[in-house]
Amino acid sequence: MRGPITSGAILLAGVFVFLKFILPLFTAPLPASLIYLYMTLAFSGIMLYGTMSASSLESLMGPVFRFLSGEGQSGTGKLARLAVLVLFPLLVGWQTYTSLAPSDLPPGENRTIHPAPPGEFVGLANPYQNNEANINMGKGLYAAYCSPCHGANYDGKGPAAKGFNPPPANFADPGTIAQLQESYLFWRIKKGGVGLPVEAMPWKSAMPRWEVELPDEFIWKIIMGEYDGAHQSPRTWEEDD
Amino acid sequence: MKSANYIQESNVKTLLEKMPTIFKWVSFLSVLLLPVIALAAGADTKAMSVEYRDVPGIGSRNLVWIVAQQHLLLAGFVLGVPIFGWVCEIVGWKTKEARYDKLAKEFTKLLTSAYATTALFGGILLFLLIGLYPKLMAYLTDMFFPSFLVYCLLFLAETATLYMYWYGWDYMQGNKKAFHLFLGFLLNLFAIGIMIVPNSWATFQASPVVVADGDAWTRAWMAMQNPTWWPVNIHRLIANVVLGGFIVGAYAGIRYLLAVSREEREHYDWMGYVGNFIGVFGMLPLPFAGYWLMREVYQYNQQMGITLMGGFLAWLFILQAMLIGVLFLGANYYFWMGITYRIPGSENSYKKPIMAMLVVLLLCLGVWMTPHTLVASLAEAQKMGGTHHPLLGVFGVMSAKMTVANIMILVTFMSFIMYWRAGKQETAGWAKAAKAIMNGLLAIAAIAVIVLGVWGYFVPAIIRINYFSVAQVLIVGFIMVTFTPLTALLLKSAKTTTEMVWGKMPIRAGYCLVLNAVMVILLMSLMGYARSSSRVHWHIYGVMRDTSEYAFSPALGYAAAFMSLNTFVYCLLVAFIFWVATLGDKAKAQQAQAAVADAPGGAPAMAGGAPSSGENFESGILENHK
Repeated sequence: MRGPITSGAILLAGVFVFLKFILPLFTAPLPASLIYLYMTLAFSGIMLYGTMSASSLESLMGPVFRFLSGEGQSGTGKLARLAVLVLFPLLVGWQTYTSLAPSDLPPGENRTIHPAPPGEFVGLANPYQNNEANINMGKGLYAAYCSPCHGANYDGKGPAAKGFNPPPANFADPGTIAQLQESYLFWRIKKGGVGLPVEAMPWKSAMPRWEVELPDEFIWKIIMGEYDGAHQSPRTWEEDD
Repeated sequence: MKSANYIQESNVKTLLEKMPTIFKWVSFLSVLLLPVIALAAGADTKAMSVEYRDVPGIGSRNLVWIVAQQHLLLAGFVLGVPIFGWVCEIVGWKTKEARYDKLAKEFTKLLTSAYATTALFGGILLFLLIGLYPKLMAYLTDMFFPSFLVYCLLFLAETATLYMYWYGWDYMQGNKKAFHLFLGFLLNLFAIGIMIVPNSWATFQASPVVVADGDAWTRAWMAMQNPTWWPVNIHRLIANVVLGGFIVGAYAGIRYLLAVSREEREHYDWMGYVGNFIGVFGMLPLPFAGYWLMREVYQYNQQMGITLMGGFLAWLFILQAMLIGVLFLGANYYFWMGITYRIPGSENSYKKPIMAMLVVLLLCLGVWMTPHTLVASLAEAQKMGGTHHPLLGVFGVMSAKMTVANIMILVTFMSFIMYWRAGKQETAGWAKAAKAIMNGLLAIAAIAVIVLGVWGYFVPAIIRINYFSVAQVLIVGFIMVTFTPLTALLLKSAKTTTEMVWGKMPIRAGYCLVLNAVMVILLMSLMGYARSSSRVHWHIYGVMRDTSEYAFSPALGYAAAFMSLNTFVYCLLVAFIFWVATLGDKAKAQQAQAAVADAPGGAPAMAGGAPSSGENFESGILENHK
């Protein structure tokens, strides 16, 4: 019969193994920040459940308190307690040191992917009718100018995509253009990576500034083609749109 | 008479003893305000040509930030408490149970103490705004002056009603109770007016509307009716109830920890339960109100919407998820502890459902807290192909967040239903069928909410926002509206198998109530910063630009420090106010203490005095600590 401490430890270890080693077998590895977040939740759950009643509290924390108090301990038990009391502060110290010590690693990515657009682009509506001719023209322009990076399937996997970090946006993902209004895309295409505002630092987008090559008409039609090709709809406030 | 004199003498004595502390506080506040006083003394008469004044050291914006946040938090408490205080009084009047009337009176006692401080901070805020931001205030005065007058009238009416309501409590019993309840209704009516009028000024700053020509009243009325006015009104109204409930719960928690007599323990245990219940009750519709507000913000201005939800303020919503998550967990944890401690012998019967609820809550919280853009090192980002995780990235958008919020609300509601039904055996012939239907409905509701959430990824945003999200809310609302009366009906004829015992909760229950209050204060401070910062470098969005030296948004880390400071200061203020409010009780308590000193368990709960089924162990832990 396992006690709650053993069960809790097994559960925590299981969650960690799943997140760190099993999940990456099927998808990309999780960043440490996310693993830490989920582990914290799992630990909180164990503590909450273990302290729900007097008897569960006794089962979970009783042995811990008795071990730490040293009451009636001798021999190995006493040594183990001494080791914990010495090693635990050292562990905390080591953790503090490693988190504060200078490192040659670049800092964690914390970039604002979707910064707010400048005022002049807010509320712009696509001036071209959403019909087959315009969409097809947009798709053609997309194939010529955008698909090398964003892919013929609008999934961000164009032939040139591997050369970029961060990779080109995947328009088929419901978390990208489907969350945005057309005017936002107009701004991003027109001004490109160099037109990103300060809040989006560090500027790491290789998106060209298309306003120097394409007229506004082409950009609006490319937007139509993108949405249609990726099977997404722009965010609107009127259902008729 | 002798007793009354004793209490008065005791109060005076206590006050005299505390004088050095009070003196320190007054000195501290004076020092804090010195720069402002000095500045006012040196101010020139060119008021109209001055756009800004600054306060040396702390800076004008930071000072206004602190004072405005304190005023808002105090006001939230003062406007939230009368709502449930009044409801509690009605319950007492209807059920003829004196304890509800006593509780309502205790709520109102806290309210009267906090009222003056709220007004004081409102006054300080007004003076600071007039002095430090004269140009902005001149504009707002020009736009809203008639509403200022309405506000003053409402304030007078609220103050007069509160005096009558509080001081007339004992007098207006019996056949005068109906009039007292009417006063309570008026108190709430004026309070809501006091909230919504200034809300219109603040929301106008965030979402101004074009105001056509007309007389001053017409212009003010048009400006008041801006797109975010009613969403903010509703959101704040509910949030005030949540804040009030959890603060009252924290008050009860502390009093419970300090209680020496069994009667006190039972009373404050029950009061803590009521406070937690009120907080949870308000928390259930709050996410929906917040969703409506954000929808209006997005629709009003895409730039502002993205700044909040996708731009540099987006991380605040991950912090918000964490704070709300802790609140949900804390509130449920308190319910669950209530079952295991107040209903002796029930622990084993509820182990499995409690574990299932906890697991669902944690899974939902995991989804809610997963950011769209992950914090990753360069190597991690390269492996993921960017800062969006290909699998877990789907948790980062609204469809997922809305779904898990609904599920968490559903679980919390069921947690309350479980608590309500604990220790009772339904005897109605149709009980089995009713319970089966309820279980079936609950399962269908949960599945429907999840299906709509997943489907939301494959439809245009407007369909998701206008129909799917609304449908999810309606499904959860339907469960609440049908289950509550059905459970009440079931329990009407139920047999009590185990009597609920009050005053047996462990000390961590008291701390849990305090934690919930701290979380809700932090949450309101966080959202205060978000709402204000969404205007970025504008005093009035798109109309009046901030040209002061503070025309930038504070960094998130800096802002987080201020939020913590505001929470700390507010907790100190509330502690001070409650301490003053309960000075009279202390003399009574001293008398009571003498009487119960020899009684079993006659020590504060904090010192292990609260007996429980696990008394030996918990006392043991404390003993070991000693």
